[in-house]
Amino acid sequence: MILKDFRAVIRSNIREYGMYIALLVIMGIFTITTDGVFISSRNIANLLNQTGYIAVLAIGITLVIVIRHIDLSVGFLSGFLGALTAIAMTAWGFPVWAAILMALVMGTLAGLITGFLVAHVGIPAFVASLAGWLIYRGALLLVTLKTGTIIVPNDAFNAIGNGYIPDIFPAESSFLPELHKLTLLIGFAAIVWFVLQSIRDRKDRQSYGFEVLSRDMFTLKLVFISIVLGLISWVVAGYNGMSWTLAIVIVVVVVYHFITTRTILGRHIYAVGGNPEAAELSGISVKKITLWVFGSMGLMCGLSGILFTSRLQSATTTAGTLFELDAIAAAYIGGVSSAGGVGKVTGSLIGAIVYMSLTSGMNLMGTDISLQYIIRGAVLVAAVVFDVTTRKAKS
Amino acid sequence: MTTPILEMKNITKTFPGVRALSDVSFRVAQGEIHCLVGENGAGKSTLMKVLSGVYPHGDYSGEIFLQGQAQKFNGIADSERAGIGIIYQELALVPDMTVYDNILLGHELKSGLTVNLNETIKKATEMLKKVRLDLNPSVKVRDLGVGKQQLVEIAKALSRDVRILILDEPTAALNEDDCDNLLNILRGLKRDGVTCIMISHKLKEVIRIADTVTVLRDGQTVCTLDAARGEVSEGVLIKHMVGREIDDVYPRRTLKISDEIVLQVRDWTVYSHGLGRSLLTNVNFHVHKGEIVGFAGLMGSGRTELARSIFGNPDGFRLDGEIVVKGQKKSFSEPRNAIESGIAYASEDRKKNGLILIQDVKQNITLANLRALATRSVVDANGESKVAEEYRTALTIKTPSITQKVLNLSGGNQQKVSIAKWLFVKPDVLILDEPTRGIDVGAKYEIYTLMNKLVDQGMSIIMISSELPEVLGMSDRIYVVSTGRITGELPATEATQEKIMQLATS
Ligand SMILES: Nc1ncnc2c1ncn2[C@@H]1O[C@H](COP(=O)(O)OP(=O)(O)OP(=O)(O)O)[C@@H](O)[C@H]1O
Ligand SMILES: [Mg+2]
Repeated sequence: MILKDFRAVIRSNIREYGMYIALLVIMGIFTITTDGVFISSRNIANLLNQTGYIAVLAIGITLVIVIRHIDLSVGFLSGFLGALTAIAMTAWGFPVWAAILMALVMGTLAGLITGFLVAHVGIPAFVASLAGWLIYRGALLLVTLKTGTIIVPNDAFNAIGNGYIPDIFPAESSFLPELHKLTLLIGFAAIVWFVLQSIRDRKDRQSYGFEVLSRDMFTLKLVFISIVLGLISWVVAGYNGMSWTLAIVIVVVVVYHFITTRTILGRHIYAVGGNPEAAELSGISVKKITLWVFGSMGLMCGLSGILFTSRLQSATTTAGTLFELDAIAAAYIGGVSSAGGVGKVTGSLIGAIVYMSLTSGMNLMGTDISLQYIIRGAVLVAAVVFDVTTRKAKS
Repeated sequence: MTTPILEMKNITKTFPGVRALSDVSFRVAQGEIHCLVGENGAGKSTLMKVLSGVYPHGDYSGEIFLQGQAQKFNGIADSERAGIGIIYQELALVPDMTVYDNILLGHELKSGLTVNLNETIKKATEMLKKVRLDLNPSVKVRDLGVGKQQLVEIAKALSRDVRILILDEPTAALNEDDCDNLLNILRGLKRDGVTCIMISHKLKEVIRIADTVTVLRDGQTVCTLDAARGEVSEGVLIKHMVGREIDDVYPRRTLKISDEIVLQVRDWTVYSHGLGRSLLTNVNFHVHKGEIVGFAGLMGSGRTELARSIFGNPDGFRLDGEIVVKGQKKSFSEPRNAIESGIAYASEDRKKNGLILIQDVKQNITLANLRALATRSVVDANGESKVAEEYRTALTIKTPSITQKVLNLSGGNQQKVSIAKWLFVKPDVLILDEPTRGIDVGAKYEIYTLMNKLVDQGMSIIMISSELPEVLGMSDRIYVVSTGRITGELPATEATQEKIMQLATS
């Protein structure tokens, strides 16, 4: 009985679970080929930190693709904003918080400009953002022209990309000495919150007389997800604990996930993507939604620039090169559809992790860079093929 | 008895959660016009998709025979090769391509590596002649009216030497003249030896044209009727389709029209920059509380443009004139403002303008009024499901669940979802643009009843319809629109088909 339920649930969600399975498979393969180095806490911590600046871009661009547009300017925009942040702190004497705020605000403004051109002037997003690509690339070269690479000597700022959240108990205490306690605690809190929330949702649905998962399946699901969350926290806690980058990415994902799945704004975004005409006639301002989405994309560019600059502890003349394509690839691996109206931010996060796992794993194996590109391309195609075929099978 | 040109035996086809066809058998004789009727969701389109290979062999159970020979189609290409041509319920032309390119799309005439333009145009012209469409084949499909587009579709099918032509609701979007024209063309094709299968909800035309009628209900064949033996009449068809008799197609109601005017439009002029001409000139009309106002007129007379220009003007026309809603002058810069002022517009083309096909029933119903379901911008998912369930019951929307994608619903049921969506907005004035297009008799009756209930509760309805009997049967007052002007206003008691037609063509 439970097995049958299980199969039914898997089958109807195969597309969603497919990505998680792919991630597990990829991780499994690398763990074997690297004799376990890949799955070590240290490597995972590194991997997640590297994923950060692509992940936030991928999340931003997911929404852009959902509403049937594209943004090519994101790479150099984040590079440019990263450089500005560095200059603000080193040359203009901005405190860290002000430099960060400036990058975020300027990013949002830049996004709104692209959005304005697309929504109000009616320029195709491809062209508008291609112009942005050129302009921000030039701007990046311009601001780094005199100095070349700008070293950021600020420890607080550099902690964003390299540091870890402090622990509540001193490291030398005898209680679980190898692990980061606060990380474990956060993981535990997340599990408790998730379980309580799920139970509440289920009760809520039942009180309306709606269909819910059978009790067994529900328990199974809770146990499974709790174990996964627990394992992740355990692995992360094994090396310095949760990094600031990871914390930031988690916050971004949670906020975006909430907005897209629970709020009116989220519904409107997917409606505009699904059928702009119908959305407009339903009283949704397509222009406004377009503006919002590009604005959010710009905000993510600011964030990405900060993460990357902080990670390198410096701003370079080539920062941001090809980030846009990495972000787009991550979003497509994560299941977004360019036909509009389909795609989840959680999917894009997983897509980004899959994508960066490939890089990280192949680097560990010492795979030649030429082969790395080819394999990444193949995985991208495979992911989209899987997506397209499962979608067809369902309809 | 001769072998039928087509025989489908024991066809069963299931979708997740739905058995669309169960054990259906269907025979068509050589050279006849065979009509397929049934309620929305009865399985008509599905049966034809099985026949044309859209659902390949193995996707359904049962057998298909063409002139006695078993067929296993793996795709549309196979069925085309066997001489089957299908024109889908939703038109499948590329609007920005020329008529000749559309006609030969997928079967381009080549010379060497390139398309032979002259041959293409010649062939297209020939085909257009067959459907009696006098038209320069170099115009873009976008610039044609629906009626002509429909004929281009037929020309396209004919260009492939079809023996069996399937038409899924070809007349749903056509006005009476275009309908007559189309029926005449079908008769012509019959003389040329082409067998036609036509799906339609317009029973009058079925009676006029059919040699044989097959009725489907809930995925099963109910009966096959022979016109030559006088077995086909409207009453009989309705009884078999719905399973009961409907005496009065237009339900009665007690009038409760108040003197209060909810919507008044004065000197309304609509100018299109794109077309460089005015679509409407000096239109004046008003709507009372609790009234059903019909807008009659020919296709393209400007009724849809009138509705859309009032409803926040999404097309960006240049407007002149004034709108007064409940005594207050208003100007709407986008549909949203109109909705906020209590005006709703259910559009005529539900696929293009009305629904988000990839989203589910529930999301479509609540889209225009999510605010009512949200606290601080967060949508209450359970409340949403509850609302959707209510409308599903109220409008008897046939769907396995409210989380079914609208894409998977039959045409008529999609229309009901579109109406449900606007009812949930709870407007003061509801504009229904061709509300019963593609809807079966039973569901029509339900929608009419619903309209009566709504006006009884004090809502006002503007009904735009190209079906004269419907306008006459449902309206309290009728405006006739002809080439962008209101050419007449008639109280329902004085209106007749002749009077309306006269005003509509004046
Ligand atoms: N792709 C699909 N997935 C799931 N269900 C489907 C799909 N296509 C059709 N159905 C279901 O199959 C049934 C028959 O649909 P079909 O489109 O054949 O009806 P129809 O007789 O053509 O109706 P209408 O007159 O409204 O066009 C309906 O209940 C419909 O919801
Ligand atoms: Mg149909």
